[in-house]
Amino acid sequence: MKFSEQWLREWVNPAIDTDALVAQITMAGLEVDSVEPVAGAFSGVIVAEVVSAEQHPNADKLRVCSVTTGAGEPVQVVCGAPNARAGIKVAFAQVGAVLPGNFKIKKAKLRQVESFGMLCSNAELELSDDHDGIIELAPDAPVGTDLRDYLGLDDQMIEVDLTPNRGDCLGIAGLAREVGVLNKEAVNEVECAAVAATIEDRFPVEVESPDACPRYIGRVIRNVNLSAQSPLWMQERLRRSGVRSIDPVVDVTNYVMLELGQPMHAFDLAQLNGGILVRMANAGEQLTLLDGQELTLNPETLVIADQRRPLALAGIMGGEDSGVSAETRDIFLESAFFSPLAVAGKARSYGLHTDSSHRFERGVDPELQRRATERATALLLEIVGGEPGPVIEVASEAHLPRSAEIILRAERIRKVLALELPAAEVEEILSRLGMTVAAQNNDSWIVSVPSYRFDISLEEDLLEELARIYGYNRLPVCSSTATLALRPKAETRQTLPDLRRALVARGYQEAITYSFVEPRLQQLFDPAREPVALANPISADMAVMRTTLWPGLARAMQHNQHRQQSRVRLFETGMRFIPTDGGLQQDQVLAGVVFGSRHPEGWTGKREAVDYFDVKGDLEALLALGGNRDAYRFVSAEHPALHPGQTAAIEFDGRQVGVLGALHPSHYDALDLNGPVFLFEIALSAVQAGKLPAFAPLSKFPETRRDLALVVDQSIHVDELLSLVREQAGEWLTQLTLFDVYAGEGIENGKKSLALGLTWQHPSHTLTDEEINSVFSAIVNAAQERFSAALRG
Amino acid sequence: MENLDRLLAQGKEAVNNATDSAALDQVRVDFLGKKGQLTGLLKSLGKLSAEERPKAGAAINEAKQALQAAIDGKKSELASVALNEQLARERIDVTLPGRGQENGGLHPVTRTLERIESFFSAVGYGVEEGPEIEDDFHNFEALNIPSHHPARAMHDTFYFDAHTLLRTHTSPVQIRTMENQEPPIRVICPGRVYRCDSDLTHTPMFHQVEGLLVDRDVSFADLKGTVEEFLRVFFEQELAVRFRPSYFPFTEPSAEVDIACVMCQGEGCRVCSHTGWLEVMGCGMVHPKVFQSCGVDTEKYSGFAFGMGVERLAMLRYGVNDLRLFFENDLRFLGQFR
Repeated sequence: MKFSEQWLREWVNPAIDTDALVAQITMAGLEVDSVEPVAGAFSGVIVAEVVSAEQHPNADKLRVCSVTTGAGEPVQVVCGAPNARAGIKVAFAQVGAVLPGNFKIKKAKLRQVESFGMLCSNAELELSDDHDGIIELAPDAPVGTDLRDYLGLDDQMIEVDLTPNRGDCLGIAGLAREVGVLNKEAVNEVECAAVAATIEDRFPVEVESPDACPRYIGRVIRNVNLSAQSPLWMQERLRRSGVRSIDPVVDVTNYVMLELGQPMHAFDLAQLNGGILVRMANAGEQLTLLDGQELTLNPETLVIADQRRPLALAGIMGGEDSGVSAETRDIFLESAFFSPLAVAGKARSYGLHTDSSHRFERGVDPELQRRATERATALLLEIVGGEPGPVIEVASEAHLPRSAEIILRAERIRKVLALELPAAEVEEILSRLGMTVAAQNNDSWIVSVPSYRFDISLEEDLLEELARIYGYNRLPVCSSTATLALRPKAETRQTLPDLRRALVARGYQEAITYSFVEPRLQQLFDPAREPVALANPISADMAVMRTTLWPGLARAMQHNQHRQQSRVRLFETGMRFIPTDGGLQQDQVLAGVVFGSRHPEGWTGKREAVDYFDVKGDLEALLALGGNRDAYRFVSAEHPALHPGQTAAIEFDGRQVGVLGALHPSHYDALDLNGPVFLFEIALSAVQAGKLPAFAPLSKFPETRRDLALVVDQSIHVDELLSLVREQAGEWLTQLTLFDVYAGEGIENGKKSLALGLTWQHPSHTLTDEEINSVFSAIVNAAQERFSAALRG
Repeated sequence: MENLDRLLAQGKEAVNNATDSAALDQVRVDFLGKKGQLTGLLKSLGKLSAEERPKAGAAINEAKQALQAAIDGKKSELASVALNEQLARERIDVTLPGRGQENGGLHPVTRTLERIESFFSAVGYGVEEGPEIEDDFHNFEALNIPSHHPARAMHDTFYFDAHTLLRTHTSPVQIRTMENQEPPIRVICPGRVYRCDSDLTHTPMFHQVEGLLVDRDVSFADLKGTVEEFLRVFFEQELAVRFRPSYFPFTEPSAEVDIACVMCQGEGCRVCSHTGWLEVMGCGMVHPKVFQSCGVDTEKYSGFAFGMGVERLAMLRYGVNDLRLFFENDLRFLGQFR
């Protein structure tokens, strides 16, 4: 809500300056967003009259004007505005005037004609953005008066960002009430005396939905003069409230809304058929709004209709063909109370948001409609004349909101606010807020809330009011000293911070990418799944929920590659969203993307590209953190986004929990990436699992090592061979190391040689050669049987 | 015995001429070994008279010892030369960079989240997480935001269908916690949240940490104390904190929390729009309707809740001036938080 400080101060004028006022209402919960002067900084501009305007002898677009200032001879001014003409009152910057931007007006010569000053446009004085010609002031503007005084420009536009509960402050009256409370100042209410009817004309009003419209007030006013202009003061107040002046009738309804907070509407009586009917819309009914929008209505919408058709969206916007126009002679004025529930969400459902819906959604004082009608009538008669009929009111007491009566307990003040507030102060604060307070006994009150504070219905609301007026920052503060129960902490669970730091230590940078991704990328990385799609995505490339973190990480990789990064290792932890039969699985995963050299570029060694085993090593280090490395296996696998020969599924206790591999060569173009790029993703729960260390006694006896070289087919998976060796090596095997993999000269084509180091140690004796030899041959025999392995000669 | 002096002189010269330990050893063998020349002189003692013998023997032994000493001296001299040579040979430029991986780094949002979490875990708060795709009940209804409520417009919600949405705050985790745990409750709920808004100062996804404390006799004073302590610890400064009345459907009374601008110490600058204050949190006493929807007895228990934007705190803490940088994942940006 934007308002003019001058206007507010007409209602209530505490002895504090603008800054103090702004600080005060901000701290009372009406947060001030901005304070702007209503005009630019200028001086030396006065009201003047153009007495003649002649064509400039040397320029088609310029005029030579003669301007009277009320003192001395008329002044010659050259002006380029098309509307510069004799007879109009203008804003005249005299020689010596200073315009916004410290622009000094001096005597000048324009195409050989002397000019003593300048006729100003709205934009030049920073009154508005209007550049179309010079300002035309009202015909009765007093020549010679300083423009700042005449227009009252020493004023501020204050914008308050009101919270949804403070609908009562969506008008000068409500703001003034609040400022009055804060400063203990009386408020000068504007007069809203009943305007006597001069004609008997009524118009039938029927309310079919009294729950949605508990009160409807109308009034016929005949013979209004739409060619009249809204007075300057009204136009200025509208402008300073951010509302455009349209015509005098609309201006008056807007003005009363801004002043009292009651949205109003005026119909062209000639366009109404039979009578007003407030009802729910029929499905499929059509309505063209004032702004030209055509709507097809749904039956949840409350409309103002006549006997034939809907005329307006109740509390939101009027219709085009029943609105006031230049031809209108008789009007029907509407001032209604629509229940917040009837309006709330409706405007939004049609993509609308209006000053009226904004107020009705938040709530309007249900007792305000008649006063607003009288106020608007009086203003209309002043400006457009006309003959008012009697006020027509249809109200349903049963549906009107009742003012709340709340029991307030002193004990709750003590407990919730930790405040000992004397009873007299409690009563004083609540009375100041317009409430009626009746002490019940020593420790509670019955509080009646005025109709305009419809946001207050609970004891807690009263506590907030007390705290607000007492001052939040004066309330006691208590250090957190509550007794703490210690929280159990599982030692076997790897915490996310630990995991992140392990990756950071291995050169990974953490990334955070959006959870919604481009459907094309999502499809590329997980073609088998239909991702969950947003109904209202913010853009096409953020339209579906990721089922893997790879699309986002691939984007981040691309972003960095495009910025000449030659070595990128990123990881992210976050949710993936996997649709399941009739459900949705949301779980945390850890994913990464790697590209570039194995080590940072440096002076040692040559630059080697990162490969599968580097990334696998990083993952193994991560998996080993929980002390449970043996529970994980990497098995050869396929994945639509990955290289078929360089892809492993990660298994944990026999169940797949992740994938690691090189990006499929055919995807680099689609992703606009340089390669090779390696990707991994693993369920966070699987990485976090660990086991508690269990002590085994140390043996006093020496250990024995034997090396073994086996030649097998290239296609044999080392992992399987190692399992077999481990199985056969007996329970005293303490270490099994693969220390060489060789293929080439000396080894048959299609075969590879695997060199293994085995270490045994017995807890109670030194192992004998016989013992070792028998185990050794068992291993060799089993390897030969299962993998056709041969001892390397 | 002239022979003795000559032999000793020869020996010493040989020692002097030796350039390595092998040559030196040869000198030892030549003169002091079993068949060495000085050792040989001992054998000639028999030719001497009994009176001369001890004297001559002593003289020979003296000469042997002198030569041995010369050899030892030379030996340590050679060792020290060799050591010096080795040391010279092994000299490296210790200023050359070390070898191996460079550290990566945490995202500044994570860094900030961890900092917030560590404060609250130290004062007994647990960490709770919940789904990001939420239902209308947990995100809105249970928080006293019915479908028609104007506060819904403040949330710009991403929807999947009429009842399913991306959570707009982490408050639904508070609801889920109260549904599943009996008071006393002390939790923080960190995580990603989503709003359909994107411009200079909004990203459609961001992070929040919300906190909830439910117990007997919890007051607004406890809330103020907790929030003030947290902010001072987080910013490591004794900064002014103020509470401004505000409105959230799920708390009553509600407050916005401002701190004295950490950029200008409250003097007024661009970051605080020349007000000297920065809005950093929202908070309040849990609304009775919220308690009711989670089955918490409002006569027995009271509680407070607070919430903060993690990116906002990170921006203030590290002086980041563009919110959108957080999600571009540009290494030049991320690398600044190592």
